Amino acid sequence: MTGLLESAKPFLLPMLYAVVIVLVLPLVAGYIVLMERKVMADMQVRLGPMRVGPHGLLQPIADAVKLLLKEDIIPDEADKLIFWIAPVLSVTTAMLALSAIAIGPVFQIADLNVGLLFVLGVSALGIYGIVLGGWASNSHYSLLGALRSAAQLVSYETAAGMALVGGLLLAGSLSTKEIVATQAGDGVWFIFGAPVGFFIYLVASIAETNRAPFDLPEAESELVAGYMTEYSGFRWALYFLAEYANMIVVAAIATTLFLGGWLRPFSSTPAFNFLDYAPAALMLVIAAYCFWRVPKQPVQVQKGFLAVVGLLFMGLAAILAAPLFASAGSLVAAAKPGLHGAFWFLLKVTLYIYVFMWLRFTFPRYRFDQLMRLGWQFLIPLSIANVMAIGIALVLHRESGWGRVPAFLLMNVLTLGVAALLASAGEKKEKAKNEPMVGEA
Amino acid sequence: MLEQILFYFFGGLAILSAVLVVTAKNVVHSAVFLITALLATAGIFLQLHAEFLFIVQLILYAGGIMVLFVFVIMLVNLDVSLHQVQFNRQWWLGLLLALVLGAHLVIAIAVGRSGLPLGQPAPAASLEPSTQLVGRTLFTSYMVPFEIASVLLLVAMIGAVVMAKKQRREAGAKQ
Repeated sequence: MTGLLESAKPFLLPMLYAVVIVLVLPLVAGYIVLMERKVMADMQVRLGPMRVGPHGLLQPIADAVKLLLKEDIIPDEADKLIFWIAPVLSVTTAMLALSAIAIGPVFQIADLNVGLLFVLGVSALGIYGIVLGGWASNSHYSLLGALRSAAQLVSYETAAGMALVGGLLLAGSLSTKEIVATQAGDGVWFIFGAPVGFFIYLVASIAETNRAPFDLPEAESELVAGYMTEYSGFRWALYFLAEYANMIVVAAIATTLFLGGWLRPFSSTPAFNFLDYAPAALMLVIAAYCFWRVPKQPVQVQKGFLAVVGLLFMGLAAILAAPLFASAGSLVAAAKPGLHGAFWFLLKVTLYIYVFMWLRFTFPRYRFDQLMRLGWQFLIPLSIANVMAIGIALVLHRESGWGRVPAFLLMNVLTLGVAALLASAGEKKEKAKNEPMVGEA
Repeated sequence: MLEQILFYFFGGLAILSAVLVVTAKNVVHSAVFLITALLATAGIFLQLHAEFLFIVQLILYAGGIMVLFVFVIMLVNLDVSLHQVQFNRQWWLGLLLALVLGAHLVIAIAVGRSGLPLGQPAPAASLEPSTQLVGRTLFTSYMVPFEIASVLLLVAMIGAVVMAKKQRREAGAKQ
């Protein structure tokens, strides 16, 4: 027994982190939903949820309670076991993928040697939740949604993987910590070395998370709700949680590999050290906004609640600012990399998710053949060209003594040329296809 | 201690789900159990510090090939297989052969155990990152087989494209 305890010791801290993630993730996902509704409302010149709590701040909690109390329906003809297990599978894989991601230099459950591949592989397993759930529902809409989802994932994962290879060539490691360390050492985020790769990953990650404009597996105008049609109550909530957790995962991958992970902007330039005050300042601004809005709330309870939220952000500001003013060498000052790293990482993840939302409310949904053509005839060839271009740029820089800027500039311009070529070829094909039809008319 | 518990957990899971793959009547259930068996094997790889092998098992087999399996199975009518008899009348012959083969294995292990040195896993600290190791080995010692395998895959890919194109042309001619 003591032997078991002894061998379990190194797992205690990671287990604590895991518990934190499992507990906090549903809350975070709920607030991302709120953020999404607010962003949507803003883009459509509305206010969005305003009733539950000040500015709708308690809406996610009300929604969660509502979902938990809803009737849980299992269709008669459904495959009970798989119907039950599918949403759980979706959530589990998404959470497992989060375990290898480093949120700041300290908060990480496991720094795997194959870190980024692990995140990719495990989150790709989440497709079983969708496919099996759609099949087990025994409904045509669900099955069609599931099939679409599987086809979409298989098509876009290749492009996403090749786009990541571009970044990995620059990093020379698969471990999340080392990827960020290399970016710190180079002084340049990899998005500037492989901008085309980042763009491909952005598009492919939207398709992989089944979000608009690539949300065909759950296209409500065609398939009711796609693979989720027969799900209700808590199981449906699990699917939703998995979708948002997957968004966090892809955003975290992009942040780690392309956006410098937990590094501050200009982290290696001392002239920009004043940016260390930005986290605390941002929190103070949010707190000030909360206090400014307090008198405008209609009900006494809401006034009190908003004031508490303001105080919460004041507290966060104090926590983020404390290491800057503490004497060097003290315990508080030593907490700075962990705290500020987590702040910058989460800020970048949030911005990436904001771009997702922005695109969702800007573009109409793709047709399925358009989706397939974009994936196979544009993104995959382009991502392969991008890998070659970055490889050549690295050889030019390291072996032939070119400067970093001209080598990468040349190769990225060449990649863009390939992109233009592919796009024009696709257009020509489209025209050739449509012409006889025009002639007939 | 913990290592052993994990090993027996993964090993038992792999064997159990492998048996269930064969005995499950529903093909989708079989596919799910096959995924479980593959994942359990991946777990054993991970325990042996073969991280790259683990991730390849996860991405290629569990994540790639099995998705296509499930995709195809879902398009197939399952009612037929659900009502088929799973075992034919000669099951006792199969059982006999399996027992003989099993006895062979047991005897071989029992006899050769002393003469066969079982590989000891290297201590975790002494291992180089396995991804780099695999890459270096593939591109130095095993360069030719690696390239031949790549060419083979390329041929298979081109063959598939050619066959798909041919069918489409025939379909177009019929119209």
